[in-house]
Amino acid sequence: MFDISPAEWTAILLSLRVAVIATLVATPFGIALAWLLARHDFWGKSFLDAVVHLPLVLPPVVTGYLLLLTFGRRGVVGGFLADHLGIVFAFRWTGAALACGVMSFPLLVRPMRLSIEAIDRRLEQAAETLGAAPWKVFFTVTLPLALPGVLAGMVLGFAKAIGEFGATITFVSNIPGETQTISSAIYSLIQTPDGDAAAGRLVIVSIVLAIGALIAAEWFARRATQRLHGN
Amino acid sequence: MLRVDVEKKLGEFSLQANFTSEGRVIGLFGASGAGKSSLVNMIAGLLRPDRGTIVIDGETVDDTAAGIHVPTYRRRIGYVFQDARLFPHLSVAQNLDYGRRMNGLAPDPAQHKRIIDLLDIGALQDRRPGKLSGGERQRVALGRALLSKPRLLLLDEPLGALDEERKLEILPYLVRLRDEANVPMVYVSHDVAELRQLATQIVMLKQGRVTSFGGVKVLT
Repeated sequence: MFDISPAEWTAILLSLRVAVIATLVATPFGIALAWLLARHDFWGKSFLDAVVHLPLVLPPVVTGYLLLLTFGRRGVVGGFLADHLGIVFAFRWTGAALACGVMSFPLLVRPMRLSIEAIDRRLEQAAETLGAAPWKVFFTVTLPLALPGVLAGMVLGFAKAIGEFGATITFVSNIPGETQTISSAIYSLIQTPDGDAAAGRLVIVSIVLAIGALIAAEWFARRATQRLHGN
Repeated sequence: MLRVDVEKKLGEFSLQANFTSEGRVIGLFGASGAGKSSLVNMIAGLLRPDRGTIVIDGETVDDTAAGIHVPTYRRRIGYVFQDARLFPHLSVAQNLDYGRRMNGLAPDPAQHKRIIDLLDIGALQDRRPGKLSGGERQRVALGRALLSKPRLLLLDEPLGALDEERKLEILPYLVRLRDEANVPMVYVSHDVAELRQLATQIVMLKQGRVTSFGGVKVLT
């Protein structure tokens, strides 16, 4: 029964590629934003915070449509990127990665922000008295102490990205081999008469990936606590 | 040499201090809330004075009239906090080496060995800060500050978090540092006995004002 067909493999591998790229590209932005939100008070902070969380509460189809309007070939950003840099998002796997990155961003940022907030700022002061310039303090004290939270955010973001459906299918459609991820493949399969078995296999793959990611995130969170206590 | 002439308002509390010292160990004495820590934090650059000047070793590090405020990391000071503040993600050896790395100084094995012997911390090198006793932690913090080659060492109640027995264990190390390390110190304490043993000059603070200044005699 558990014989995964080439077409299913294609969807699984595409999902993995989309989620890995989405997570890796989102991570530096996530760290920067988490640091900004954890450490700074500025005008418009609550607004920025709300915008980051928007994909969590908006209907995914709305987010997907907004992405299409912005990053589609005729979109303001999409047109510019296609004409000047040759980067095309619409109906490509890169667009799927963009949609997954945006949708998973709130989940990716949150653990990072919490772990930065949990750092004893007096340690950063101590680093400064020892001659470390602010950027060195960040890379030698703040980031290493926040690392388990950063990894937990990456794992959660990855798990969310691999299961993303609504925004992706709206933005880049459901093209086998290009934009058909596990979720959109399941969607197609349950609409075809004999698709149940194949859909079932992909459902099991999804569940295994999601649970694995949650366990990994939990493990990183525990590491974070130990690290902060210096054991 | 250290010259301080500053004013700072912190909420309802106002701090005003003016003294010049050539002493090897300046004892900052006062009850809690007298403004000792705020004063030390201003010397360290962690707190900015509202008005005034601070001169360390001939360099003006604060001058509000001229708009000078040298950031903490460029002041070349060492700071030993009451709560050690060792980096929990680094081993003792890495903690000790941190200041040298951040300042881009060449390794100085002779000084390294001298300070490690002086503080008896050679055996702790591979341990993590979480596995050290309070007294050991404070000795490592002292070593870490000294190994960054500061021109002034600030100690803010370094024995404050230790019980009597531990205090007696650390005090001799501090006396040795005073006599052998060749770094001027500002030593903050509310403990007369401690300052009598260590300080060569006393600045007495009361409710944000310097009430007396002079030799250790002023403590009586």
